[in-house]
Amino acid sequence: MSDSNPLAKTTPRSRQQVANLHFMDARYKLLDLAAFLDRLERASGPEDHRVQGLRKALPLLLEGGPDRVARILHLWSDPTVEPAPKADTKAATGVWPGLK
Amino acid sequence: MRYIEPHGHMVSRTTDDYQAMVLAGCAAICEPAFWAGFDRKNADGFHDYFCQLTQHEPKRAAKFGLPHYCWLCINPKESEDLALAADVLALIPEFLKEPTVLGIGEIGLNKNTRNEMKVLEQHVELAVKHRQLILVHTPHLEDKRKGTRLIMDVLRAHAGVQPGRVIIDHVEEHTVGEVLDAGFWAGITLYPESKATPVRAVDMLENYAAQRVWLNSACDWGVSDPLAVPKAAAEMRRRGHSAEAVDALLYGNPVRFLSQSPNFKDPQAVR
Ligand SMILES: [Zn+2]
Repeated sequence: MSDSNPLAKTTPRSRQQVANLHFMDARYKLLDLAAFLDRLERASGPEDHRVQGLRKALPLLLEGGPDRVARILHLWSDPTVEPAPKADTKAATGVWPGLK
Repeated sequence: MRYIEPHGHMVSRTTDDYQAMVLAGCAAICEPAFWAGFDRKNADGFHDYFCQLTQHEPKRAAKFGLPHYCWLCINPKESEDLALAADVLALIPEFLKEPTVLGIGEIGLNKNTRNEMKVLEQHVELAVKHRQLILVHTPHLEDKRKGTRLIMDVLRAHAGVQPGRVIIDHVEEHTVGEVLDAGFWAGITLYPESKATPVRAVDMLENYAAQRVWLNSACDWGVSDPLAVPKAAAEMRRRGHSAEAVDALLYGNPVRFLSQSPNFKDPQAVR
């Protein structure tokens, strides 16, 4: 963190402080995710490409390092570099459909 | 506290929203031109929209004591139609004479197509020619990283573009570093479902030199929160950051960027 960042002056936090601030938030989000996967289990038909992408991201949560969010967003990104010939839709889906 | 809402689509919001924002400390609001949720039939629709942004909405905001500024363009979602884009681009120079226009925006890409790229290049040319600031919209979700890189290629290819006069909005954890390293300003948009949340935005602010970053709610006609910026302030305070640091980021930073336009007046200096 650079000195020019106004937030840099704040005293660094302990892991205990971070847990006190944000654990309950993370806890309910993890349970919501588990419930979503259970709901998919009870449904029928082939798996949606977005859900496949979500499952591929789960192991990244257990890897070390400070940049899990960026790594997940990179995983889901369109890796091509050339402009598309034209737009078939205005919308994005959340996971690049070509992700294998 | 005080803050600037540098990106809010107020034509889609109610007077209750205006009131809540003022009560939360909003000192000025800036409204980029964007997609209405449906495609306009012709350039006349954009003419009326530009009148709304430059004449009507500032009056509505003034009823709440709030200075209102705007940015003009045809947004990338309607830029597939090159003939329509040409008609709309031809309208813009006349509206640039209005006293509350800050620049060209929000331009950029949506599905990263060739036509969107052409219209982006035309907007960049228009901005440079008229010495206007640039506000860039980056694509959504899986299209964002590719689109952000293509947009930066277009901006860097024009010799007249000064990166310090361009803000690239809707950055996330996988694009913020590249944008700041290239010398541009970065906007973090706080949305309930997509883009960034207040908590992730504060993480990004803590992890990067935040001298060239602003936060915005981009509140519009979709699921969005006009109080997202003060909620990020509350998150910063909860983590122990000082009121001065919050003020430097949520008021000081946008004022510093926007003051590069002669039309923007620091609300504190005006009072
Ligand atoms: Zn917007």
